[in-house]
Amino acid sequence: MSDAALRIAVPRGALLAETLELLERLGLDTREVRANDRKLLFEEAGIITMRPSDVPTYVEAGAADLGITGKDVLMEQFGREVYELVDLGYGACTMVLATEAGEDRVAEALRRLGVVRIATKYPRVAGRHFQATGRQAEIVEVKGSVELAPLTGLVEGIVDLTASGTTLRENGLVVREEIARSTARLIANPVAHKLKAAAIDALLERLGAL
Amino acid sequence: MVDRIPSGTRDFLPDEMRELRAMTDRIRAVFDEAGYGEVYTPALEFETTFPRASAPRPAYRVFDEHGNVLVLRADMTVPIARVAATRYAHADPPLRFCYVAHAYRGVRPQRGQSREFLQAGIELLGVPAAEGTAEVLGVLCAALEAAGLESFRVGVGDAALYPALLETFGVAPTASERILTELVQGDFVGVEREVRGLGLGADEVELLLRVACTRGGPELLDGLGEVAEGALAGMRALHAQLEPRVAERVIFDLGLVRSLGYYTGAVFQVYDPAYGVPIGSGGRYDELLGLFGRPLPAVGFALNVERVHIALTGEERGRARG
Repeated sequence: MSDAALRIAVPRGALLAETLELLERLGLDTREVRANDRKLLFEEAGIITMRPSDVPTYVEAGAADLGITGKDVLMEQFGREVYELVDLGYGACTMVLATEAGEDRVAEALRRLGVVRIATKYPRVAGRHFQATGRQAEIVEVKGSVELAPLTGLVEGIVDLTASGTTLRENGLVVREEIARSTARLIANPVAHKLKAAAIDALLERLGAL
Repeated sequence: MVDRIPSGTRDFLPDEMRELRAMTDRIRAVFDEAGYGEVYTPALEFETTFPRASAPRPAYRVFDEHGNVLVLRADMTVPIARVAATRYAHADPPLRFCYVAHAYRGVRPQRGQSREFLQAGIELLGVPAAEGTAEVLGVLCAALEAAGLESFRVGVGDAALYPALLETFGVAPTASERILTELVQGDFVGVEREVRGLGLGADEVELLLRVACTRGGPELLDGLGEVAEGALAGMRALHAQLEPRVAERVIFDLGLVRSLGYYTGAVFQVYDPAYGVPIGSGGRYDELLGLFGRPLPAVGFALNVERVHIALTGEERGRARG
């Protein structure tokens, strides 16, 4: 962190293509990243790649000065000591509550059982949403395909991220509530934001000029 | 079965203790040299001592045998304010105190932060800004140098600056509160959303957004025109009083509103490039002692000893690599 060159944590997965395109337009050389999807650390370009949910971890600790990740990740990891600098606009998606089509099983469970079971990869977002709306929920954290959970009777509803709604529809699920919208965000380590102010501000200026 | 210890606490073994002890001895010598007398206060205080003046809220409470609620102190500033008001009720200011003592705070789970942490700091009571603030910043830099750090910097802002700016533009208190909350959390996207929602003119919006992330050299202190002149004049006066070796460590940070509710003027945060989190903080708290019945302007800082040590090992590793 001591030299002026910035190290940026870049998310692999859905946000990768647009993130590399953006970094390219900001003047970073991303060819090596595009060419090599096994390598993780690109010293020359000042880029490290990782899962989106790991980006705040690296940035908070100062292992990366800047990072790009979804607002959904930041919401789930609320309380991280990182600065959220810019809404980058791309990677738009919505955090929703979805259930099987037909009668609303969530409403039924709440009425008859007092508690609803909700599967999600975002337990904190889901928990806060139900708390904020005054409903009791048992949050079931799953790591893989959330859509499976209501279809098998594990839960009555899911809280998940959807861009187009296709996966939900294909599994016979419908959106019942919109919880929050998410886009890609540029985040910064608070110490780097002070000690590498010139380099970060120069990058932000180029970003603003796009 | 292995006996566990509470999360956010840990044991310190001889190799680490030896290094920490050597470091705190060097820091203590700097405090002593500058005329700050060491005090120690009880880790347990009455709960009623702490809620005043938006001091950090103690996280741990116990009942004593009489049913009194006791708390583990959340910082040393409040106990020293109590000491000054009771043990030094009639002593002539200025009063200079230092401490190397543990404080206790609640930590969010999974953060690797400590519930119990060692602080080394000073409090200067009875010397107003800018003179008092400049003295404390001088001791701060000397202590960090004595600790062995070479690359540290000190961010200096003014807790009154951004609120004054919002007030000048006629922003309602509830909206101001929301903006300051976003600013403290470092959510500049949230600051922008809130500021744009105020219905102010384009110039005013631009100024509010710019000031929130303005940081750098003393030339920044001239650039805002007439607004927030009080706070800016205070920062200029402070800069004028800093010794050159201190001034070169300072980063002026107009968006730094941070941390504890009792800060009234200058606020500081200590950064080191070898570590990604601030290693210390401080500021002026001119109203706090009045709440304990001994109104005196005051200023101080606290270094997080463990973090200073982490930064030091980081710097040493960097130097070894060349």
